[in-house]
Amino acid sequence: MSLKKSLLLGGSLFAAAVVAGPVMAKTLVYCSEGSPEGFTPSLYTAGTTFDASARQIYNKLVEFKPGTTEIVPALAESWEVSDDGKEYTFHLRKGVKFHTTKWFTPTRDFNADDVIFSFDRQDNKDNPYHNVSGGTYEYFNAMDMPDLIDSIEKVDDYTVKFKLTRPEAPMIANLAMGFASIQSAEYADAMLNSKETFDQKPVGTGPFQLVAYQKDALIRYKANPDYWRGKAPLDNLVFAITPDASVRYQKLAAGECHVMAYPNPADLEAMSKDPNITLLQQEGLNVGYLAYNTQQAPFDNPKVRKALNMAINKQAILDAVFQGVGQVAKNPIPPTMWSYNNEVVDDPYDPEAAKAALEAEGVTDLEMKIWAMPVQRPYNPNARRMAELLQADFAKVGVDVEIVTYEWGEYLKRSADEKRDGAVLLGWTGDNGDPDNFLAVLLSCDAVGGSNRAQWCNDEFNDLVEKAKQVSDVDERTRLYEEAQVVFKREAPWATIAHSLVSEPISVRVENYKIDPLGGHYFYGVDLK
Amino acid sequence: MLRLIFKKLGLLVPTFIGVTLTSFFFIRLLPGDPILLLAGERGVSPERYNELMVQFGYDKPVWEQYLSYLGNLFQGDLGVSIVTKQPVLQEFMTLFPATVELSICAIIFAVVVGLPAGIIAAVKRGKTLDHTVMTTALVGYSMPIFWWGLLLIIFFSGILGWTPVSGRISLLYWIEPVTGFMLIDTLLSDEPGAFASAVSHLILPTIVLGTIPLAVIARQTRSAMLEVLDEDYVRTARAKGLSNFRVIGIHALRNALIPVITIIGLQIGVLFAGAILTESIFSWPGIGKWMVDSIFRRDYPVVQGGLLMIAAIVMIVNLIVDLMYGLINPKIRHTE
Repeated sequence: MSLKKSLLLGGSLFAAAVVAGPVMAKTLVYCSEGSPEGFTPSLYTAGTTFDASARQIYNKLVEFKPGTTEIVPALAESWEVSDDGKEYTFHLRKGVKFHTTKWFTPTRDFNADDVIFSFDRQDNKDNPYHNVSGGTYEYFNAMDMPDLIDSIEKVDDYTVKFKLTRPEAPMIANLAMGFASIQSAEYADAMLNSKETFDQKPVGTGPFQLVAYQKDALIRYKANPDYWRGKAPLDNLVFAITPDASVRYQKLAAGECHVMAYPNPADLEAMSKDPNITLLQQEGLNVGYLAYNTQQAPFDNPKVRKALNMAINKQAILDAVFQGVGQVAKNPIPPTMWSYNNEVVDDPYDPEAAKAALEAEGVTDLEMKIWAMPVQRPYNPNARRMAELLQADFAKVGVDVEIVTYEWGEYLKRSADEKRDGAVLLGWTGDNGDPDNFLAVLLSCDAVGGSNRAQWCNDEFNDLVEKAKQVSDVDERTRLYEEAQVVFKREAPWATIAHSLVSEPISVRVENYKIDPLGGHYFYGVDLK
Repeated sequence: MLRLIFKKLGLLVPTFIGVTLTSFFFIRLLPGDPILLLAGERGVSPERYNELMVQFGYDKPVWEQYLSYLGNLFQGDLGVSIVTKQPVLQEFMTLFPATVELSICAIIFAVVVGLPAGIIAAVKRGKTLDHTVMTTALVGYSMPIFWWGLLLIIFFSGILGWTPVSGRISLLYWIEPVTGFMLIDTLLSDEPGAFASAVSHLILPTIVLGTIPLAVIARQTRSAMLEVLDEDYVRTARAKGLSNFRVIGIHALRNALIPVITIIGLQIGVLFAGAILTESIFSWPGIGKWMVDSIFRRDYPVVQGGLLMIAAIVMIVNLIVDLMYGLINPKIRHTE
């Protein structure tokens, strides 16, 4: 078309395009909050990246059932665990096709080689792809995979055996995480001369395949016509990258997107009243807490920690900080998690008793610091406000609180220091629905000086959690974790504060969309009216 | 003239080195550590931390890092983003046209509206029209960009539904980037209506980004015009019986334009600053948004490279403005 004609046509169609836009196949627009870091999930750590890659483009050996933390078979149809808990044998699904894209046409179905490649790249420093695209496999390392995995063997084309150095009950849950996404070994071989391309132009087995990506603007997918679970009801999926939450809301209200991520808590009420919006809410798999430094006096005394916990008016915090969208926490794991011990009794809010208990321990005129995070998180939408409320609560029992804060990176670093002073506000959102992901990661002796912000090492608790990790019987694990929660409550390394609700506003035209308790966004099975 | 050009070019070298120094050290002065931010709440083990420090070269002394940064710069290598692992230059080149397109539209808007507004205010000095223009300019100048942007979105997109909320084009179109300028690319494509969609997406961000330069230009034009209108030669021209249009439009405006052009040139730097906020509000995929994200993530290579590129562009634009200034006003050439 000539320039002049285009101009003319463009002008005449201006009004029509603004109002209606062209009519096309079934396209769902998801207003996401940011650009993905890339498309190879194992290289990155952000949820935004997993939404754009692991959750649409790839499959894992096992996956979470949508809307739950239950594990279901995916690329592995079934699996067996050896009696000693150290050998996992996976039987792979046959007839699974990798995406046929503009940049790659697969010649074979998914098989054991792809599984081996996907893990070998992360584990083996000699793998030609190990150092490509920065080569930092943070999740793989954080889940202790390099030490845990002894070897991964191909038994035949459709059988893979993972040999572990020790029994690890959360292994299956770990394999459902984003970093365990299966990439194509055949595609990797084809790209040996341009390895970065392999990470930028993904080829997976998942429900959607990438069509185009423009950084900070949009990601365009189309349904994988050969998807092994059956083609998605949607024809196209578009991520409209919209960093500002108010703008996302406006776009949703204007019908420019159908699902939006992370609404402002302040907008929820208006959303719930909008007839064109359905506000979905579900308990998130998270906990917000105040971690004392249990290595320092007087916080090394459990009775002092208990007394301080009694001084905290949690309901007031829930109302003011979470605007009622959440619930008071008594355990370090959320109530939707299996093995949650409902028998545990929370410390009562009783400033008088708290004051008396502090005096009984000889703690008077205590001055302490409370650290307030500088960022908003699902488990703590406003740490500064929370710290101020805690300050007021503690003042009532004669404890003088100074609120401190640091830039986020600095906060994470300094709060992990064993010599840190005072108590820090922080929290956690579960990665894989396994209690180990909370109790061991946040409270075990190994995590002291790292993610264990209370610097708390209690042998009784630690033994229970260690043992639970090594037995594969779920009933037995449940019993051990329940007991661990009793020890936790007795020793009170944290003041557990709240579990938040996750809210997701969607257009009334959207059908079958489910909130993911792990915070992800999945669009397979979703339809548009 | 040639001497002027060389003189100005000579100034660029120390400025350039100054920019590399500040961008390199300022981001490192900020507390926080890119590797810890990479790991988030999950944290990294000390061994892993050291491994990553070595991998990114942050284990070396800062001056050594700076020298190797400079060395790479001279080979045209701006480094690789810590977060996305993509070359900084490549990311810059893909995002920059969006910012340029928006900035050009904003400056055109500011000149087209600001210049006549300033002239009218000067001609009608002391009258209601003058007060109206000047008050509006003051309000426009003082308005926080963020608030102004959201206000426009809520009114024009939310309530009236006239303009799209954000982005560069309706997501139903898929335009292959050729030049990176959406207005041109949509014309090159065969998608009917895409151009109109791109234009409609430009309206609000253009207004938001153009508001401050508009106010500055209007005020500057007014005061420059007032000064010129008092000059003897204008009075002479009037006495000669020339039409009002000729007096103002040709005799006065030509001289009044000189300071105004400098101001327009200086607005380029202001535009980049404004683009950071405007792009964030309108999800405009340009360098502003990119820089903000990178600062928060302490993505050192991106911040260094991005700042350097922006500074280079501002310097070049200022150089061009200086030269144009010389062209319009021959007096400058001779005295330099």
